[in-house]
Amino acid sequence: MSDADSTFGNRGNRDASVVNPHGRGTIDGSRKSGPTGPGKAGDPFLIGENMSGGYGRGPDILHDCTIAVEKGEIAVIVGPNGAGKSTAMKAIFGMLDLRKGSVRLDGRDITALNPQDRVKAGMGFVPQVNNIFPSMTVEENLEMGAFIRSDDIRETMEQVFELFPAVAEKRRQAAGELSGGQRQQVAVGRALMTRPDVLMLDEPTAGVSPIVMDELFDRIIAIARGGMPVLMVEQNAQQAMNIADKAYVLVQGANAHTGTGQELMANDEVRRTFLGG
Amino acid sequence: MSTNRQAAATSPWRAPILFAVLALLFILEGTVRNSMFSGSWNTSLAILNMGLISAITALGVNMQWGYAGLFNVGVVGFLALGGLAPVLVALPPVEGAWAAGGPRLLIALAVGLGTLALAVQAWKRLSGGRGLAVMVIVIAGFVLYRWLFDPAVDAIEANNSARYGNIGGLGLPVLLSWAVGGVFAAAAAWAVGKVALGLRSDYLAIATLGIGEIIVAVMKNEDWLARGVKNVSSIPRPTPYEIDLQQNPEFVEFAASWGFGAAEASGIWVKIGYMSLFLVVLLSIILLAELALKSPWGRMMRAIRDNEVAAEAMGKDVTARHLQIFVLGSAVIGMAGAMMITQDGLMAPTGYNPLRYTFLIWVMVIVGGSGNNWGAVLGAVLIWFLWIKAEVWGPALIGLLTSPLPDGGLKEHLLDSSAHMRFIAMGLVLLLVLRFAPRGLVPEN
Amino acid sequence: MDILNAIVALLNFVIIPATAYGAQLALGALGVTLIYGILRFSNFAHGDTMAFGTAITILATWGLQAAGVSLGPLPTALLALPVGMAATALLVLATDRAVYRFYRVKKAAPIILVMASVGVMFVMNGLTRLLIGVDEERFADGARFVIDVRSFREMTGLQEGLALRTTQLLTVVIAFVVVWALFWFLNRTKSGKAMRAYSDNEDLALLSGIDPERVVRMTWIIAASLATIAGVLYGLDKSFKAFNYFQILLPIFAAAIVGGLGSPLGAIAGGFVVAYSEVAITYPWLKIAGYLFPGWQPDGLLQLLGTEYKFAVSFVILIVVLLFKPTGLFRGKSV
Repeated sequence: MSDADSTFGNRGNRDASVVNPHGRGTIDGSRKSGPTGPGKAGDPFLIGENMSGGYGRGPDILHDCTIAVEKGEIAVIVGPNGAGKSTAMKAIFGMLDLRKGSVRLDGRDITALNPQDRVKAGMGFVPQVNNIFPSMTVEENLEMGAFIRSDDIRETMEQVFELFPAVAEKRRQAAGELSGGQRQQVAVGRALMTRPDVLMLDEPTAGVSPIVMDELFDRIIAIARGGMPVLMVEQNAQQAMNIADKAYVLVQGANAHTGTGQELMANDEVRRTFLGG
Repeated sequence: MSTNRQAAATSPWRAPILFAVLALLFILEGTVRNSMFSGSWNTSLAILNMGLISAITALGVNMQWGYAGLFNVGVVGFLALGGLAPVLVALPPVEGAWAAGGPRLLIALAVGLGTLALAVQAWKRLSGGRGLAVMVIVIAGFVLYRWLFDPAVDAIEANNSARYGNIGGLGLPVLLSWAVGGVFAAAAAWAVGKVALGLRSDYLAIATLGIGEIIVAVMKNEDWLARGVKNVSSIPRPTPYEIDLQQNPEFVEFAASWGFGAAEASGIWVKIGYMSLFLVVLLSIILLAELALKSPWGRMMRAIRDNEVAAEAMGKDVTARHLQIFVLGSAVIGMAGAMMITQDGLMAPTGYNPLRYTFLIWVMVIVGGSGNNWGAVLGAVLIWFLWIKAEVWGPALIGLLTSPLPDGGLKEHLLDSSAHMRFIAMGLVLLLVLRFAPRGLVPEN
Repeated sequence: MDILNAIVALLNFVIIPATAYGAQLALGALGVTLIYGILRFSNFAHGDTMAFGTAITILATWGLQAAGVSLGPLPTALLALPVGMAATALLVLATDRAVYRFYRVKKAAPIILVMASVGVMFVMNGLTRLLIGVDEERFADGARFVIDVRSFREMTGLQEGLALRTTQLLTVVIAFVVVWALFWFLNRTKSGKAMRAYSDNEDLALLSGIDPERVVRMTWIIAASLATIAGVLYGLDKSFKAFNYFQILLPIFAAAIVGGLGSPLGAIAGGFVVAYSEVAITYPWLKIAGYLFPGWQPDGLLQLLGTEYKFAVSFVILIVVLLFKPTGLFRGKSV
C-alpha cells in the first residue's frame, strides 16, 4: 500500500464510474535492472542459492533457501501452507527483495535483474492467478507472450497448439471465456511463446478438477521430456512427487528435505508430515 | 514517505496556528491598504461570509467523502436546489399566481411522482410482461403529466409576467428556508442515491454530475419556479437593511463613536449580523458531526469506509449507510445554498457554474484535509480567500513579471487575461497538496 | 408525397444533426474510455483537453487565414488540426510526466488520479482561457453547405427542404476514418494489442516484456488526438466556447458508460445512442406528424422535452442502461 492509499483509504474506490480496478498491477515496473555477473563452475542450469528475504521492508519469509533445477528435469517445490513455496519461486523470478543469496541461470548471475529482464534472459513464468489476458483471443494471448521476439512466431505458436489441442480449436475465442483448465493451458502456452530456457509454474493446478489436473501434469511432463527444465510449486504433494525428478520440501521458508521424488516419498517423516501417512 | 514526514510534523498546535494565520489574513485585508489588500472591513467581511458558506458546503462534502468515501460531483446542483428554498418560502405570495394554476400544478407534480412510483412498483411486483406494463405506465403518466402541467405553467407565467410570472413564496421567515433548503437537497439526494448506490458497484460520480446539471437547467428554464434567468431579487433578509441603519440617528452616533462613517458602518454591521448567523450554523453542524462521529454510528461509518468488504461480511448494510450519509451531507450542502441566496438577496441561476461550486469545493476539502471537519472549514475559508484575492494578485503578479517586456500585443494580452490565472493557481494548489501533503493541511487524526 | 416530405424532414432535423453530434460524442467518449481502460480512471480534464486542442487549432487557423492559405470549400481548420493535435499531445504528455506518473509508479489508488485530473482540469481550463478567452468563436470557413435547402427543393420538387452542412458531412467522414484507423491499430498492430493487454492485465503485460510507460504514452497521444479532433469537429459544427466543452463532459461520460466503460466499440455505440435520444426527445415532432397525419391538429409542438433539457436525456438513458445492464451495452471493464 502506498502513501496516498493510506491517505484516502478505500474512499471512492467502489465508484465504477470514476475508477477501474480491473487488471491493476502490483509489480513495480519502474525498478531498473543491475548488471549480470558470471556464474559458478559446476552450477545446475538454474539455481537460487541461499536466498533470504521478504516483500518490501517486511520481515524475511525465506531463510537460506536453495532451489535448483537441471536441464531436462522437473523440479517441484512442496510444503505446508504458508511455507513460502510461492515466495521462493517469486524470489527466483526477481519479484522479491533478496537480502542474501543469488540467482544464477545458465552460467550467469542474474540476481540484480528485474522480472521483465529475467524473461528476456530466458525465464518463462506462469503466475498462479491472473495469468491470461481475458478479453483477448487465445491467439492474441500467445502473441503477447512472444512480445519480446521480433522473429517469426508462427512455428512456436503451432507447437503450443500441438501441445494443447483443446485450446487450438478455440484460438479465436476470448481467453476469459474458456474453462479453468483451458485457461491454465493458455497461460502455460503464453509463457512458452518466448521459447524460454526454463519454465516456472506457480501452482498450475490450483482450482482445477482432478481429471484436468492429470491432463495438465501430462502436458508438463511432455514439455520437460522435450528438454525444457520445469520448476513448479505444487499444492498436491503426492502427484507432484510422482512426476518430479527433484523435490524440495520447504518449511517456514527454509529447506527441510531435498531429494528425488521417489526418495522423498519413501522418507517416513516426509510421508507422515506432508503426504498424510 | 511523505505521510510519515507529515505525520511526524502534525502537532496539536497545527490547526490553531493555521487558523490564526487565516485570521491574520482577514485582519490585514480589513486594515492594510496597499496593492495586495483593500484595507476595507466591508470587503474583508464579505469574503469571510462567503468563505463561511463555502465552509458549510465543504462540511457537507467532507461528510460524504471523508466519512464514507462518496465522490459527489454534483455539489452545484444541491447548492442550487437549496437556494430555491428562500425564494419559495420567504418571498411574499404573488397575487393571482396560485389562483392561475397552483392546484393544477401541484396535481401535475403529484401525478409525475406517482407515475414513477407506480412504475417502480409494477417492475417489482409483476413477473410476466412487466417491461410492457412499465412502459405503458410511464407513457400514460407522462402524457397526463404534460396535459396537467403545461396549461398550469402557462397560466402562472402569464400572470403579470413583467414583474412576476412565478408561483411566488409563502411569506414565511427566511431563516426557516435554510432548513427547507436542506430538506430539498436531501430529497434529491435520496432519489439519486437510491438509484446510483443500489447498483452492484456504484455509479455515484456520474449520477451526481448528471443531477447537478439537471437541477441547474431546471432553475434556469422553469420560469414559474423562480423566474429562471430573469432572476428573483429582493429576497427578505434576516438582518437589518443598510438604508434603515443609516437613517437611524442612534446607529449613526454609535458608528461615529467607533470612528466610522454611517455608510461604511451600516455595511459592516449587516455583515457582522450575517457572520454571526453563519457561525452559529457552522459551529452547530461541526458539533453535531463530531458527536455523531464519536457515537457507535460514526464508528460504524468509519469501519465501513476503511474496509467495505469486511464491514459487509460482518452484516453491515453498506449501501443503506452510504445512502444515509449521502442524504445528510447533501442536506448540509442544500442549507448552505439557501444561506447563500439569503445573503445575496438574489436568485440568479446563471451563476451556478460547476467549476466554482463543485470543483472548487473539492479543492477546499482536499486542501483542508479529507475527513477532518476543522480541516474542511480551514481549507474552505483559505481557498475562498485566495480565489477572491487571486483576481487582484494575479494581475499584480503578471504586471511585475511582464514589466521587463516591451509594451506590445503580448504584454497586453497577458495582462488582459491575468484574471484567468486563478484557475491555474487553484489547479496547482490542488496538485501540490495531493502530491506533497495528501492528507491536507489539517490531517484526520 | 407526404411520406417523402416526412422522411426528408426527419433526415433534416433529426437524423443528420444527430449523426454528426453522435460522431462527435463517440470520438470524445473513445478518449475517455481508453484512459479509463488503460490508465484506470475517469479523466475529468477530458473536456478541457478538447477545449485546449480546439483553441490551439483555432489559433493556427487564424494564422493560416492571415497567411492567405485556404482549402477551398473545406474549412482551413483541417490544415491546422495536426498542429492542435501535436500541441495537445505534448501538453498531456507533459502533464502525465509531471502529475500522473508519480502516482502510477507508486501504485496509488486510482481515486487519487481522479482527484489529480480535477486539478489538471483547472489548469487546462485556465490555459485555454489565457490562450483564447471565454468568448464564443466561429472559425468555420469554406463552403457552408454540401446541399442547401433551396437547391434540394428545386432538385426534388418536394415541399420540405434538406440541408447538409459541410461540417456535418466532414464530421461523419473524419469520424469514420479515425475510428477505422483506431480499431485497426488496436486489433491489428503489435502496439495496439500491447495496449489492450496492458488494459487487461498490467502485471502480465509487464512480464511479457511490454513497456508500461510506452503503453501509457501511446494512450495519452491517442486520447489527446481524439479529443482534439472531437473538439474541432464540434466547434466547426456549432461554435467554440470554452464552457460548452466543459458541459459536454456529461454526455461524453454518459456515452462511454452506456456503451460500457473501457470498451471502444461501446463508446461509439454509446455516443450514437445518447445523440439520437437527445435529438429525438428534444425535437418538436409537430411538422413530421403534420405530414403523416394531415387531419390531426394537436395543440402542442409534440416536443417531449425542451432543448434546454438535453442533458437530462443523457442522464436518464444512463440510469436506465445501468439499471438493466450494469456493465453497459458492450461489456465494459467496470463492475
